[in-house]
Amino acid sequence: MEPDHVAGEGSPAATDLLRFAAVGSVDDGKSTLIGRLLHDTKQLTTDQIDALSAASRRRGSQGVDLSFVTDGLKAEREQGITIDVAYRYAATPRRKFVIADTPGHVQYTRNMATGASTADLVVVVVDVTAGLREQTRRHCCIAALLGVRHMVVAANKMDLAGWDRGAYDKVAGAMEELAARLGIETPVVIPVSALLGDNVAEHSASAPWYDGPSVLEALEHAPAGAWAVQGDGGARLPVQWVVRSDDGTRQYAGMVSGGVLRVGDDVVALPSGARSRVARIATFDGPLEEATPSLSVTVELEDDVDVGRGELIAPVGDAPEPTTEVLATLCWFSPEPVRAGKRYRVKHTTRVVPARVTAVEARLDVGTLALEAADELGDNDIGVTVLSLGSPIAADPYRVNRVTGSFVVIDEGTNATVAAGMVGPPVLAASPSTR
Amino acid sequence: MTNQIKILVFPDPHDLMTTFALDNRPAEQGLRTRPDHLSLLEAHAIFVLREVAAECERPVLLFSGGKDSAVLLRLAEKAFRPGRFPFPVMHVDTGHNFSEVIDFRDRRVAELGEQLVVASVQRSIDEGRVPDPGPGASRNRLQSVTLLDAIAEHRFDACIGGARRDEDKARAKERVLSFRDSFGQWDPRNQRPELWHLYHGTVRPGEHLRAFPLSDWTELDVWQYVRREGIELPDIYYAHERPVVPRDGMLLAVSEWVAPRPGEATEDAVVRFRTVGDATCTGAVRSSARTIDEVIAEVAASTVSERGATRADDKFSETAMEDRKREGYF
Repeated sequence: MEPDHVAGEGSPAATDLLRFAAVGSVDDGKSTLIGRLLHDTKQLTTDQIDALSAASRRRGSQGVDLSFVTDGLKAEREQGITIDVAYRYAATPRRKFVIADTPGHVQYTRNMATGASTADLVVVVVDVTAGLREQTRRHCCIAALLGVRHMVVAANKMDLAGWDRGAYDKVAGAMEELAARLGIETPVVIPVSALLGDNVAEHSASAPWYDGPSVLEALEHAPAGAWAVQGDGGARLPVQWVVRSDDGTRQYAGMVSGGVLRVGDDVVALPSGARSRVARIATFDGPLEEATPSLSVTVELEDDVDVGRGELIAPVGDAPEPTTEVLATLCWFSPEPVRAGKRYRVKHTTRVVPARVTAVEARLDVGTLALEAADELGDNDIGVTVLSLGSPIAADPYRVNRVTGSFVVIDEGTNATVAAGMVGPPVLAASPSTR
Repeated sequence: MTNQIKILVFPDPHDLMTTFALDNRPAEQGLRTRPDHLSLLEAHAIFVLREVAAECERPVLLFSGGKDSAVLLRLAEKAFRPGRFPFPVMHVDTGHNFSEVIDFRDRRVAELGEQLVVASVQRSIDEGRVPDPGPGASRNRLQSVTLLDAIAEHRFDACIGGARRDEDKARAKERVLSFRDSFGQWDPRNQRPELWHLYHGTVRPGEHLRAFPLSDWTELDVWQYVRREGIELPDIYYAHERPVVPRDGMLLAVSEWVAPRPGEATEDAVVRFRTVGDATCTGAVRSSARTIDEVIAEVAASTVSERGATRADDKFSETAMEDRKREGYF
């Protein structure tokens, strides 16, 4: 038995959860890497392997095409590309994993952002024979903007590069520089062949000059729970639903973020400004003295105040200021460009408000990471805009709270989600213009 | 850190310095109070249920009597008690049922004091909405028509279901809130982006959503949650003896609709069901797991997937689930 590699979902120890997304450019090998990782850690069942073999044979592949593990749509298998995120689940005795395999094509950047928006960490896959491409940089940039602070780099296709250390060093140097500029922790860069399995779950003899971890080891030891990290600031409870009990008591239901909410806390509901105190924190399983971030609870207030869905309950003295004007970073996902004057709807926490873009301030050049003057944002652009809202929202900067600092922009006619919004300007490490 | 952190100077460097410093806290700080994975899955599912209830005008919760939808009912209690469910519960009934499951369905809904809607595939056949596939043939695919008819009749704008992404490679691609056009079709090439936990549920008349609060749960998570919560399930989920007939690599329970064909032999086997569906295409697995702990041990050690072990209808083609989902299946 290989104790670290066998499927161990039943292991009582495996309650720690890491969510990660595989990102990077088209054809650099993201799906093959995830397929290889799942295969070599024995996460695939025999019927799944049989189905993969049959599908691979049908399309003329020798052996099993591991990219089919996540490329499950007909169109994806026909074209050999990933169109949308696939979620897979794995467990080793050390921890559980939720894996998002994201598409590399620029036209599907919105799907990559979908997968990365809930990730603790990204695995950046780079083809060493091609080096960093614009799409690699775009994905890393979006991941950094979304708040991902840890990356694992798979320097892939080392077998095609003859396990040349120079090819590896070039990618490692470029990724370390990019990570530093994005404000991401210095990444571990692993020479791998996803196709052959070198350094994925098993250490490879092909690169005797490399003594770092395999991809699996890096994932098993990376810090988890980045999503719940923001636990020492002010508590935030966006009201989702008002539960009325038979005696007419009103309880405000929602998920806590940002900090711990306690019975007895003096709180304010925003944007209305109604003040009260937390009388009770209730759950179906009984009352709590305090609610920690990521828990769904209901809260009863001491006073009979008028609070409904869309209000934010926060501690008095550590509450965001409601505003109708927001400077925000947008990742734009629509072929229809955004220009000043256009009307949309914005969904922020549990509140949907009319919105107008009053100014496009700048566009981020993902190559240089510099902000350039711009007056519109096109499909897959990242930029800075000012939004004017038809009703105030109580927002925090995204870097302080990912829940109260994020929003989506919705097209009024089609209801399509056209942008991911983060309150505040893009926060990255140094850009060339400021060095 | 040895590198001097510099911030993009736009538009106010002082603000940015402050916010960046906040973001630079060691990751371990938040871990002390981090709930375990079942609690995180539960909290997220409750969040999804409340969002759907609030954003949609006429949601419905699909309840088959199976383990996943039994978990959904418990999560709905957690989301909405002491109030009532803000939606009815609906069973799409193929007519090919295990009687234990129907008993369980009716008892469970009565205990909850909630409203049950039954959408009947037999009625769809009787009314000529779908061709009768014949006695003993699977009615699994026909459920899509019955479901879409019920959605139109009751003007439901969201169906909450217990499907999980680990069940199938097409499900693995689906959003938590999954859009359906006015024909009930899923377009896997053009799904709405779904950022963070911002689920937006607005649809135009005739369109609807499917909501999957258990998207990120695995089969094992469901069983561990059933144990933690003490959730009652139909007895057929636990090992018992019954006559079965081996067919298509599966063990089908002998019943009103399934009889041995010429050349097939019935045997009395100790089995349990890993999934509950149309009795003509849902296979049993040989098992000695009579208690929940034994089931959990069995699921954890299984080398065959849940659907691979139990669903004949997924074996016909490579993309059977995707094809059914495009037509409006669960």
